[in-house]
Amino acid sequence: MSFSKIHSLHKRRFSRNLGLGLVLAAFVALIFGLTVVKVGNDNFSMPQAQSGETQ
Amino acid sequence: MSDATLNTSVQAPSQPGEAGFADYFALLKPRVMTLVVFTAFVGLIAAPGAIHPLIGFAAILFIAVGGGASGALNMWWDADIDAVMNRTRRRPVPAGRVTAEEAKALGLTLSAFAVVMLWLATNVLAAALLAFTIFFYVVVYSMWLKRLTPQNIVIGGAAGAFPPMVGWVAATGSLAMEPVLMFTLIFMWTPPHFWALALFMKSDYHEAGVPMLTVTHGRRPTRVHILVYTVLLALFALGTAFTGVGGPVYLAVAAAFNALFLQGAWTIWRRDEAAAQADGYACEKRFFKLSLFYLFAHFGAIALEATLPAGWGGWG
Repeated sequence: MSFSKIHSLHKRRFSRNLGLGLVLAAFVALIFGLTVVKVGNDNFSMPQAQSGETQ
Repeated sequence: MSDATLNTSVQAPSQPGEAGFADYFALLKPRVMTLVVFTAFVGLIAAPGAIHPLIGFAAILFIAVGGGASGALNMWWDADIDAVMNRTRRRPVPAGRVTAEEAKALGLTLSAFAVVMLWLATNVLAAALLAFTIFFYVVVYSMWLKRLTPQNIVIGGAAGAFPPMVGWVAATGSLAMEPVLMFTLIFMWTPPHFWALALFMKSDYHEAGVPMLTVTHGRRPTRVHILVYTVLLALFALGTAFTGVGGPVYLAVAAAFNALFLQGAWTIWRRDEAAAQADGYACEKRFFKLSLFYLFAHFGAIALEATLPAGWGGWG
């Protein structure tokens, strides 16, 4: 289905795409922030490598 | 009435075009979500110990998404009821803007997303509690109890009472008596809140075939039940003032709001239908509106007790 003029359907579709885009962007920012907080936590430690795997 | 008879009678009016973002957001029941967000927030900040603000924010967000997901699943399952009731027939599914299958897909996806993300952000016990909350609201309340028994709202009210418990567990990783008290406060508040709504929505539940107390036992027993549950709620709410989540501020708030609430329940009990119809159910509507402030005031007081400086909050 195609419309030559802007139809209310286009507006609804744009609002959906814009809303979803903003939600995804916010989610990425949140995951980044959570990662920084969790990695920066004192309780966080890198997994120890096996002695045979070093060097 | 069986689900099948209800489901075959649905003739949702269809509208051309696609749904907008707001329609999908409406599936998450944003007004109910405010209660979930607020009570979960209070559970989180009333908990002992410190939680990083961003982790706390994420926990509240994922609890809210989980609550919204269960709302979408409720709208999928109850589309036939929503299409009949005046209060709900403009929702996206009965109005034809979103299909029931889309609501189900959104609800299932967001449920899994919220539980997994809450687990990653906080701990497995909080995630398990959130999963159980969604299960309880969708399966136990919506699919099972709602169409079966007039006690639907009494038992089903537990679903709305879990958020402060999830908030507490997200902060601490364990359960304690305090979140159980917050759970019980919402659990006991739910029946009078919804029965008042059922009184002034009049024929809505009857036409939808939902066995609310007003439909199965009549309006007089409903008025009696509101008074009895309000008395029990008041006793519990005042008793909570002397526990770990209470204190002088909470006691003052609880005393004021429970006096008003008891007065409202007493007025509803004394009235008959003729008197209620004469003033357009003014007392019942006032009681319903007061019940919203009642819950926010009690949880606001619990939050205040938890955040006041040492020596000011609690009893010592």
